[in-house]
Amino acid sequence: MAYLDHAATTPIVPAATAALTKELGELGNPSSLHAAGRRARRVVEESREVIAAAFGARPSEVVFTGGGTEADNLAVKGLYWNRQEQRPRPRILASSVEHHAVLDPVRWLADAQGADVVWLDVDEMGRVDPQQVHDEIARDPESVALVTVMWANNEVGTVQPIRECVQAAKPFGVPVHSDAVQAAGHLDVDFAASELDALTISAHKLGGPLGVGALLLGRSVTPTPLVHGGGQERDVRSGTLDTPSIVGFATATAEAIETRPQRIEAVAALRNELIAGVISEVPDATLNGDPRLDVAHRLPGNAHMSFPGCEGDSLLLLLDARGVHCSTGSACSAGVAEPSHVLIAMGSTAAEARSSLRFSLGHTSTRADVDELVAAIGPVVQRARAARSTASATSTAHQR
Amino acid sequence: MRVLAALSGGVDSAVAAARVRDAGHDVTAVHLALSSNPQTFRSGARGCCSLEDSRDARRVADILGVPYYVWDMAEEFRAEVVDDFLAEYAAGRTPNPCLRCNERIKFAAVLDRALALGFDAVCTGHYAQVVPGPAGPELHRAVDADKDQSYVLAVLSSDQIAHSMFPLGNTLKPQVRAEAAAAGLLVADKPDSHDICFIADGDTKGFLESHLGEQKGQILDRDGAVLGEHSGAYGFTVGQRKGLGLTVATPDRSPRYVLSIEPISNTVTVGPREALQVRQIVAERPQWCGPVVADGTRLSFQHRAHGETVSGSVHVRGDSLVAELDLPVLGVAPGQALALYDGTWVRGSATITATA
Repeated sequence: MAYLDHAATTPIVPAATAALTKELGELGNPSSLHAAGRRARRVVEESREVIAAAFGARPSEVVFTGGGTEADNLAVKGLYWNRQEQRPRPRILASSVEHHAVLDPVRWLADAQGADVVWLDVDEMGRVDPQQVHDEIARDPESVALVTVMWANNEVGTVQPIRECVQAAKPFGVPVHSDAVQAAGHLDVDFAASELDALTISAHKLGGPLGVGALLLGRSVTPTPLVHGGGQERDVRSGTLDTPSIVGFATATAEAIETRPQRIEAVAALRNELIAGVISEVPDATLNGDPRLDVAHRLPGNAHMSFPGCEGDSLLLLLDARGVHCSTGSACSAGVAEPSHVLIAMGSTAAEARSSLRFSLGHTSTRADVDELVAAIGPVVQRARAARSTASATSTAHQR
Repeated sequence: MRVLAALSGGVDSAVAAARVRDAGHDVTAVHLALSSNPQTFRSGARGCCSLEDSRDARRVADILGVPYYVWDMAEEFRAEVVDDFLAEYAAGRTPNPCLRCNERIKFAAVLDRALALGFDAVCTGHYAQVVPGPAGPELHRAVDADKDQSYVLAVLSSDQIAHSMFPLGNTLKPQVRAEAAAAGLLVADKPDSHDICFIADGDTKGFLESHLGEQKGQILDRDGAVLGEHSGAYGFTVGQRKGLGLTVATPDRSPRYVLSIEPISNTVTVGPREALQVRQIVAERPQWCGPVVADGTRLSFQHRAHGETVSGSVHVRGDSLVAELDLPVLGVAPGQALALYDGTWVRGSATITATA
């Protein structure tokens, strides 16, 4: 079995499992005032400090959530709502290659609440242009509620010029959010240095458990809550704190930061071998995203490739049958692979977008995984091409 | 064999896949997403491909222990089935979208893709039988006459039949449900689906109105006298009695029926029941499920799904055929398929164009 879908979720590290399972056996609601509560609260606060230190934030800037999607929703909808308090600010600037966790709240604000969305263009590598951020805000600075641009793209792995985007927005006092779910633990994500107002991270993309994440939230911004209740997290997020998941998250984060330099080098080297190996078997396969393979431009574990004449979901089925796990991009709730909005925004046609696969490597990846894929990809592509040409012949062959 | 089992999320396809797996075949399941905007829940007997159906199909695959994928055929389905459905009604005909879906999607796009991907056959929960014959596999009616779906499969070629598995054809529906329950399949008591899957609320007329718009026209009697007005000829089917909206009664107060629909003049002609009787059906573009039927062969004919059959002779004239019936039949609607049977053996089908 070759697991090449670490961007979907990466295996939990044993230390995180140990910390999490140990905490599952402990008693205490972190908000309780007695000794058991204080014990649990201490675990949460120590975890918060670990995560804050890992990402250049202050502990008070870490708002735990039930995952990356919730953190993105809190940032996008919460900041939008909060920014309407003094005066109407209908505009949202969002990159056109955001993950659905940002894309869909933005679309919802447009459809249900009258937000006016400026979808920021990307070039053929998937990069936004900070100048466009500046120009769009400058056109009418008072009307902009927020800017949201992801740190690194989940599909094609392109690293965005986040610092430059923040600098473009800063002079106008417009808050900037970044979804760093794919970047955290793999790239140098430093909240303070970035000067962002809000930044989303998720545990299970860096070796922690599923179902926990955080919004790093600058002290000057106060999103309107999505979830009302006990106000446990800075009055911005309610719900009993999930101590086991949080300590698992912190443990994985500490390990991810500690191992990052060597791990990134090893993962990137394997990824480069994967790309070269696939292209040697399928010479017309192409790499999508930024061709510069260093971490300043591309996520180290990402190889997003197009296979002309193939349907991505045929490739996925055939590789799956051979034990190779990969992804066609983001799937909708019915499990249908839609043509990627990311590739479409980068200028691909729907057919090109449908012909692609994402291979993503991580901390457990080995040369054997890459070898397994490289051994399978030639015959798989050949077969998928036959299926595709049959399918296009079908529409004419069966006229009656 | 490597078999691709199409799972709708219903009980029939689930038991069909289970039987094929139990027979020792290597099964992979696919659920066809035929709507680009699926409903969240299934409502009663209507529709399919809701997200709930997709989940049910996935759970069947889990219980069978077979891989499961969703194939997005929404675009093909819209172009080949839904658009055709609308165009046929707009042209005054009454199409059968299930038959069209089998012809263009399930046993064309899906089967072709399956074969190209290395599968040997496609398995579905249709009630029909494939039995070996001297000239290759033959398509036959199911033993459960109430559930028999051979009519909507009468568009398959012998090659398509050779690569199709219908494991339920020899079984009565109650037994299928019992088998599903015994196998722990959670869909065992899910209601049967009957209506057109892409019209979720079952309101075909409303669906046609919303897509084709109001087109006022006249309702005439056989002599051309105007009896009333309609808001769209597409809302009528030959043989229809109810919902004509006529206020002038016939002299003897006998009911009127739709006799014909004329799309160019947008008129609907009505008349007495006797005028619906036809002895001859002309149909075009025959699709043979096996050997071509010789001119003059005695066969039985079925002109709508779940309709009765009537015997007669067939005359094949190039790309069309004429069925001379022994007894008159009523309500033969152009656009429907005329399926040709030799006993239980499905010989083929053609699209009804005219009657006399």
